[in-house]
Amino acid sequence: MQEADILFLEDSFKKYYFNHFDLIKVPGRTSEREFGYQKFNSGMTRHISLKDDKELHLLLMQNIPSDVYCSNACYTFPNLPMNEKDWKEADLIFDIDAKDLNLPCRENHTVSICNDCNDVSKNLTRCSKCNSTKLEKKSLPCKNCIDASKIEVEKLSEVLINDLAIDEENIQVYFSGNEGFHVYVYGSQFQEIGSRERSELTDYISLRGAIPETFGMRKLKQDRASFPDFDENGWRGRFSKHVFGSKSKRSKIITELIANGYSSFQKTLDDASENIGVKIDPNVTMDIHRIFRLPGSINSKSGLTKIRCDDLTNFDPYVEASFLSDDTVEVFANSPIEFKLKNKKFGPYLGEKVTVPTFAAAYMICKKLARIA
Amino acid sequence: MLALGQDEIAKYPFLADAGQYLKDQGFSLEQFGTDPDLRDLIRKAYDRILVAADGKIYKSDLDGDHVSKEAALPREVFSFLLAIVLLKLSGMHTLIKRFALAEARRAEKYLERDLANISDESKNQLAIRVIDDLFSVQVEKSDGYFVIPVSDYLKHSINFHEREWKLINRHVNHGRVFLSPHETVRLIRKELGTYINSKIINAKTPTMIPGFEDSVNKLVLLSKKFVTYTATTGEYPPCIKHAIEILEKGENLPHSGRFMLASFLLSKGQTVQQVAPLFKNAPDYNERVTLYQLNHLAGTSGSGTQYSCPSCEKLKTQSLCFATSECDNIINPLQFGRKKK
Repeated sequence: MQEADILFLEDSFKKYYFNHFDLIKVPGRTSEREFGYQKFNSGMTRHISLKDDKELHLLLMQNIPSDVYCSNACYTFPNLPMNEKDWKEADLIFDIDAKDLNLPCRENHTVSICNDCNDVSKNLTRCSKCNSTKLEKKSLPCKNCIDASKIEVEKLSEVLINDLAIDEENIQVYFSGNEGFHVYVYGSQFQEIGSRERSELTDYISLRGAIPETFGMRKLKQDRASFPDFDENGWRGRFSKHVFGSKSKRSKIITELIANGYSSFQKTLDDASENIGVKIDPNVTMDIHRIFRLPGSINSKSGLTKIRCDDLTNFDPYVEASFLSDDTVEVFANSPIEFKLKNKKFGPYLGEKVTVPTFAAAYMICKKLARIA
Repeated sequence: MLALGQDEIAKYPFLADAGQYLKDQGFSLEQFGTDPDLRDLIRKAYDRILVAADGKIYKSDLDGDHVSKEAALPREVFSFLLAIVLLKLSGMHTLIKRFALAEARRAEKYLERDLANISDESKNQLAIRVIDDLFSVQVEKSDGYFVIPVSDYLKHSINFHEREWKLINRHVNHGRVFLSPHETVRLIRKELGTYINSKIINAKTPTMIPGFEDSVNKLVLLSKKFVTYTATTGEYPPCIKHAIEILEKGENLPHSGRFMLASFLLSKGQTVQQVAPLFKNAPDYNERVTLYQLNHLAGTSGSGTQYSCPSCEKLKTQSLCFATSECDNIINPLQFGRKKK
C-alpha cells in the first residue's frame, strides 16, 4: 500500500476511534487477556496487557492500528511470552466466513489482483495482462453471502443450545467486519478444554467424521428400528429431517437406503455433512492462544467495524457496520464490481478518478481496488 | 483415598497402599524370598508379568464378584505387589508399560461388571466413585445409561483413534454424552493404564532381595524381545506430496497446510534453509516472514518449542488429508512408510 493511502486510512480510523469509544470496550476479565495490534505495512505487536477501557483508548490514539486483537483466553501473565503466560481457560469462539461456504455468487463478485503487475481483473486463474498465476483474490461479498452466513450462525446456535446445553444469553454474535460472523460462547463447560478437544467439538458441530452405524446403517444384519426417528434430538434428528423430508417418507427411504448398501450410505452422510453440517472454520475454534479481532475495532480488510448483532435477521453490515465519515475524497478506482454502502451504490469503476465518501474510499483502498488520487 | 473392602482390593490392587498392605497383613518382602511357603507367590507374580507381556489379561483366581477361596484374596493382591517389586528390580520400562496396560484391562473388566450390577447399588457406587476420584469424570446414572458431561468425555475420547469414539458418533443431548457401562470404562482405559504405570514408576526401587534374583534376570532377558527396529521407505505421504504440488503450482496453501509441511520436513531432519525455498512460489511469499516462522517452528527462535507435525486426525479436520491405502492406518504423517522389521 502506498504512503498516501496509509495516511488516509490512519486518519479515517483515528477519527472513528476518537468518536466511538462507546463501541470499543475491553472484554470481561480484562487484566487476564492478551491484546495485540497491527499497523499498516507492519508486523504484529502482541503480548500486551491492559487494565481498562481507558488504557485501550490510549493505545488506539497513540498507535492508530490497522487492526486490534484480544485473546479469547485468560492467562495469569498475559504480557509474558507464550510459554510463560500460564493459560487458564478460553472462551469458545467460532468463525463463519462467506468464503468457506462455496456459494455460486462468489465468482460474480471476486476479482484477482496480480502480484506481479498489479492488474485487477475478474479472471481468477491467471493474470490476463502478464499471465502470472500469483494472484491475490479479493471479494466484495453480496447480500446473498451475508444471508448464507447468517443461516450458518443460526444453525450453530441451534446445535450449541440444544446439543451442548449452552444458555442462549451466553452466546454473542458479531459481524466480523469483513465477510462473516464471529460467535462467542461465555461461561460454558468448555472453558477449560484444550485444543484437541475443541477440534473434536468442531467436528461434531460440522457433522464431520460420522460413521453409518451412528445413523442406523450397518454392514450386516440391518435393523430398520435403528434408523433415526423424525423427532429425535441432535444430529440423528437433523439427519432424518434432511434425508427423509417428512415422517411419511421415512419407511420408504429406509428401504432405499438399505438397498443401496453401506458404502452408498457413507456418501449420503458426506452429502448431509456438506448440506446440514455447520460451516465453521475449525482452525479458529481449536486455537486456544489466538488473539481474535476486538469487538468495536475496524477490520482493515474492509474498513468496516466488527460489531455486535442483536437482531441478526435484520442486520445489514453495509449499513450498520460502516462508521467512517461522509467527507468526500478523490481516488483512482479500479473496482470492476459494484457495491453498496450506507444504502448508496458505488461502481463499477474501471480505472477512473472518482470522488466518493470516505467510507467508500476506505472500503476500496482496503480491498486494494483504489488508491488516493 | 477410597475406603476399600477386602474383595475390592483384590479387584483394584493398584488402589491399595502397597507397603501398608503388606504391613497390615504382617509380612515383609524378605519373607517372600526365603519362606518356602511364600516363594510360590514370586512365581505367580512372574507369571502375572509374563501374561501381561504377551498382551493378555491375567486370569484371576477371583470367581465373579466373590473370592472363591479364603486364601485367594491375599494371594491375588500379593502377586500384584510382588510383580511391581520384580518390575522395579528389573528396571525394564517396556515391561512396566505392558504390565500397567494389562492390569488396567483386568481392572476394567471388574469396573464394568460393578457398573452394570443392578442388584447391588453399593458396587455400582464404588465403580462410579473410582472413576470420579481417579479421573475426575462425573458419571451419573440415567435409565440404564451412564451420562457424563461432553467436556469430560472429550478429555478422554481424544486419546482414541477409532471413529466410533468421535463425539459425532455418540448419543449427545443437552451437554451430556450417554454411554453403556462398557463404553464408560473403556473411555478411561488409557488413563487407568497411565495411572497404574505412574504408580509403578513412582514406587521406590528396593535393593535386590535374596530369592528374587532369578525372576528378575529372566525379566531382563524377556524385555529384549520387545525391542523393534524400524526402517522407512523415504517416500513422502500423500498429504505432504499434495501440499508440495500446490506450492509448486504457485497456488495458495492455507496456513495450516504450510504448518504441516514445514513441521513435517523439519521433523525429518531438514534445516530451515532447506525448507524455506519451497514457499517461494506462494502468492504472498515474504522471505523475512517465512524465515521467522520456520525458525519458530524449528524452535530456534521464540519459545524454543520444536513443533511437531499434526496428527492425521487433525489434518482430516483441516481438509489436508489425502489418505491412500499406503497410509496403512498410521496416525501421524511422520509414520508413513515405516515398516517394522
